[in-house]
Amino acid sequence: MIEIKNLDKSFGDRQILFDINATFETGKVNMIIGQSGQGKSVLTKCIVGLHEPDNGAVLFDGNNFTEMDRVERKDLRKDIGMLFQASALFDSMNVEQNIMFPLTMFAKHSKKEMLNRVNFCLERVNLEGKNNLLPAELSGGMKKRVAIARAIAMNPKYLFCDEPNSGLDPQTAIVIDNLIREITYESNITTVVISHDMNSVIEIGDNIMFIHEGKDWWQGDKNSIIHTDNQEIIDFVYASDFMKEIKDSMKNNH
Amino acid sequence: MLWIVFSKPEKARIFRIRMFDEIQNIGINSIPIVGLLSMFMGGVIALQTASNMDSPFLPEYTIGFITRSSTILEFSPTIISLILAGKIGSNIASEIGTMRVTEQIDALEIMGVNSLSFLVLPKIMGAVVFFPVLIIFSIGLSLIGGWLSLIMSGLASTETYVLGIRSFFEIGNIVYALVKCVVFAFAIVSVSSFYGYYTKGGALDVGKSSTQAIVTSSIVILICNFFLTQMLLL
Repeated sequence: MIEIKNLDKSFGDRQILFDINATFETGKVNMIIGQSGQGKSVLTKCIVGLHEPDNGAVLFDGNNFTEMDRVERKDLRKDIGMLFQASALFDSMNVEQNIMFPLTMFAKHSKKEMLNRVNFCLERVNLEGKNNLLPAELSGGMKKRVAIARAIAMNPKYLFCDEPNSGLDPQTAIVIDNLIREITYESNITTVVISHDMNSVIEIGDNIMFIHEGKDWWQGDKNSIIHTDNQEIIDFVYASDFMKEIKDSMKNNH
Repeated sequence: MLWIVFSKPEKARIFRIRMFDEIQNIGINSIPIVGLLSMFMGGVIALQTASNMDSPFLPEYTIGFITRSSTILEFSPTIISLILAGKIGSNIASEIGTMRVTEQIDALEIMGVNSLSFLVLPKIMGAVVFFPVLIIFSIGLSLIGGWLSLIMSGLASTETYVLGIRSFFEIGNIVYALVKCVVFAFAIVSVSSFYGYYTKGGALDVGKSSTQAIVTSSIVILICNFFLTQMLLL
């Protein structure tokens, strides 16, 4: 479980996050949603320590990450997997080397055991046999899947996904969503997903947190987000005419 | 930044592999350009010295002596380092800068890898180890270039050129050249890595970082050269 308590973050004079409080449960897909520029990515980077929060605390299973020194953070980060928006695969390494990289750095396994783990992860993301391809030879969806494989290579307890569906076609987006959900449930990990995509939110979101103007505006589940009266969420969820029509038809049916 | 760079690598074996990769990238791949430049540089020094020796009181072997001294004291360590600042500096700044803007460095940090040490230390060590080799190679080729130019132009004989090269030789000059090139290697890699690592933005900013890295490392080389000359020769 990850808890965020009274977290503030600013860059210079510009405050991005205001007193954020949230709990991300283990074994569930926890979604962070909101418009662009509202502080979703900054919040995630504060949670994993890529940005230092001005105030507040981030607790991983009760351990205060914000108060840890560099060595303690390094140890905890071995339990964190992250899927970046642009995949962030290492250009100079092929698929196999990318996935094997965290194992080579930290795991004390033989080469054969590491290779078995790589092949298992590739099979898990339906990319078996693609070991020798370079990132430049992969499609957007394949890159995301390789990045997921790399993120789960070390059996993480916490998985962060920053807009896993951005730039993908709807069918590939569903594949990625299902993959994230299956991995979360199978391995009972705490997954935090940032997304704009309402299909994803409805499809895989167990807990949903809506960030607006840098504040934790609303928290709930996928059923309550559909029926909420909160105007900012309604504006976000039903932004397109198509979604507005669906909402009207739902109302008429009731 | 530097104390994090020089912290203990995560795994010695991986560090060694990366260091040899960097020796290949930074050092061995620079051999053709260093060789070409050195040959022509030596040739031009010898020709200019020979063509400007009007006084009958100056012995002919002075050409070899001046070519050797200029090459060892200044041209090979300083000019070659300035050229390499352009080649290697831009390469390092753009490589690390691209990794920064495409979140590859964030990915390393998330995995628990000390990204500064992982990326920069092998480059520094590779450059510091191989720069002296490059400079010795450059000195040798520069002297050969000087000899070839004199033979082809007929301005001096092989015997007098070799006599000049061997005259008043001080091993301290070689030590001075090697100390300078080690300092320059460190300056080029650390300055370029700094600009690359702290790149913010996108592709345009990677280009800007690359340019800044070359300009700053060239200025640092010139300043270090001045102080090292004062400290080691005077």
